[in-house]
Amino acid sequence: MTDPKMKPTQYVLRLYIAGQTPKSLAAVSNLNRICEEFLQGQYEVEVIDLLENPHLAEGDQIIAIPTLVRKLPEPIRKVIGDLSDTEKTLIGLQLKPR
Amino acid sequence: MIDKFLPRLDKCPTGIAGFDDISGGGLPRGRPTLLSGYAGTGKSLFALEFILHGIERYQEHGVFISFEESPKDLAVNVASLGFDLARYQADGQLRVIQIELEPQALIEAGEFDLDGLFIRLGAAIDAVGAKRIALDGAENLFAAFTDMRILRAEFHRLMRWLKERGLTAIITTERGKDALSRHGLEEYIADCVIALDHRIERELATRRLRIVKYRGSAHGSNEYPFVFEKQGFSVMPITSAGLSYAVSSEQVSSGIASLDAMVAGGVYRGSSILVSGTSGTGKSSLAVHMVDAACRRGEHCLYLAMEESPDQIERNMKSIGIDLAQWRRAGLLNFHAVRPTASGLEMHLAMLTRLVDEISPKLVVVDPITAFATGAIDETVKLMLVRAVDLFKTKGITSLLTCLTSGGTAEEATAVGVSSLVDVWLTLRNLEAAGERTRGLYVSKARGMAHSNQVREFILTNAGVRLEDVVLDEHGRILTGSARQFHEELTRAEQKVSAADQERRRAALERKRHVLEEKVAVLHAEFEDDVRALDAELEREALRVQASGRALGDMATQRGSGQTTQHTPR
Repeated sequence: MTDPKMKPTQYVLRLYIAGQTPKSLAAVSNLNRICEEFLQGQYEVEVIDLLENPHLAEGDQIIAIPTLVRKLPEPIRKVIGDLSDTEKTLIGLQLKPR
Repeated sequence: MIDKFLPRLDKCPTGIAGFDDISGGGLPRGRPTLLSGYAGTGKSLFALEFILHGIERYQEHGVFISFEESPKDLAVNVASLGFDLARYQADGQLRVIQIELEPQALIEAGEFDLDGLFIRLGAAIDAVGAKRIALDGAENLFAAFTDMRILRAEFHRLMRWLKERGLTAIITTERGKDALSRHGLEEYIADCVIALDHRIERELATRRLRIVKYRGSAHGSNEYPFVFEKQGFSVMPITSAGLSYAVSSEQVSSGIASLDAMVAGGVYRGSSILVSGTSGTGKSSLAVHMVDAACRRGEHCLYLAMEESPDQIERNMKSIGIDLAQWRRAGLLNFHAVRPTASGLEMHLAMLTRLVDEISPKLVVVDPITAFATGAIDETVKLMLVRAVDLFKTKGITSLLTCLTSGGTAEEATAVGVSSLVDVWLTLRNLEAAGERTRGLYVSKARGMAHSNQVREFILTNAGVRLEDVVLDEHGRILTGSARQFHEELTRAEQKVSAADQERRRAALERKRHVLEEKVAVLHAEFEDDVRALDAELEREALRVQASGRALGDMATQRGSGQTTQHTPR
């Protein structure tokens, strides 16, 4: 579906979770759904489980779980919660004006 | 103040000077404590010192979580106190973590929790095996998120989690308008709540600490002044020294022999002496005598000059024959000139504590204590003096405090307020009589020693202070100054006159005796003559009798009878 003439904006997203909790699982599935719907073909998602890699919490200053970090495009944006609120998630990722 | 009626609550010493005294040993071990105060009251420093003292003194590693300042700023803040944060972190004793909250870059889109924070805290705690933790500015969490329902639950969980891990925690919070914290953190932290305050009194900043609540433990409920000093946070409990110091029965000279005599040979070492008097009565002169005497014994002295400069005192005292310069050169006398209003009372006390530690004096002079107060000596100043005197006593330091009284009807009223703190109270006062002003000294009080009740005249000479015995005139009034001199000379003259008189009378008697003795000699001679005359008479009579007897015998022989039958005198 990508237009070869225009270089699409690449979204690099990182989702921080802590174990396989209901909130974490909900966040993963909500993120997948939103990406497929709004960013098809122009996103990368990395899921980081802080229970496995606690030291990774420092870099992105993670406090709340789940936290979705938009690494690219800059500036960095953060959306917290299980992303069940699609509207707010899109605002957070600046895919929709506030 | 140690809890005696409940199962002893385990306390975690903070190592903060004075605080452990008023809290009966420190913070509740294994529980969180809320530290509340307005901005700039020293919350962070208190929390950081708690962590660092834990490492330095109690072998308890710590984690410091900062929600406000950067680790770099924190390191700079405590470097001046001699703490090297980088070294502790390199040695695996400390973790400093800054939690950056950026509410503007956050959007909430569904259910969340603070597991990220828990994980980071957990990692830091485990990395150093922490027993202590500080969450500095934790209420910022509430500002970073909008869902207060989640935040409250999570904060509650955080406190429980800290307890479960057995951590002794300090959570600092900015004070709200009418509450201890803007987000009601005191509802979550029920074990121990401490409030710091900072206010301006008489144009001087005063910091206060109060233990608002301490579940399961008795604690001092007063507001305690505190300071930040070179050595860090320091709370000054009024009664921490208690009255349990060792007392000395060694008596030390005041440098004025006649004064020593008034207090049974000298004041006790480690006692506190108050010298009160109106301006110009010789308080400082008395003080420097004591300094001089102590320096002669090779003892170190600390002289806090609150009104005059050290050089000025040195020069003035030369006029009464006391050479303070030699003691300054010898390093025995340490002058410390302070403008009393330059800083708050707490700073003065802290400075005093530091000087005493540095110099280890045997005698401290504060001249005058009244300079601490802008007006009359009020409770604040008095409490500060109580603590100063306590400090001296615990260290066995003799202290001399001079007190300027205002004179008039309120004479000595100022001193009365302070006198209960001291062991010996000497009062100097002006005595006015016959158009002259002279100085009088008396011992108003001397704990545990016999002392004279007499007023002495206090005379400043070029060879030091001299105390003269009181002279009373025929009406029982004290004579001083020239009146005393006149009286003394009169007495001396009278004595001279009477001495001459006696001499004369003795000579007259002597002459009388001479005459008498001569008379006796004459009588004696006359008597001897009489005796001799009588003797001669008697002898002559005896011879006559003898001769007469012989004549009778001859006659009988001539009549031829040979025996006398009839004697017929012729």
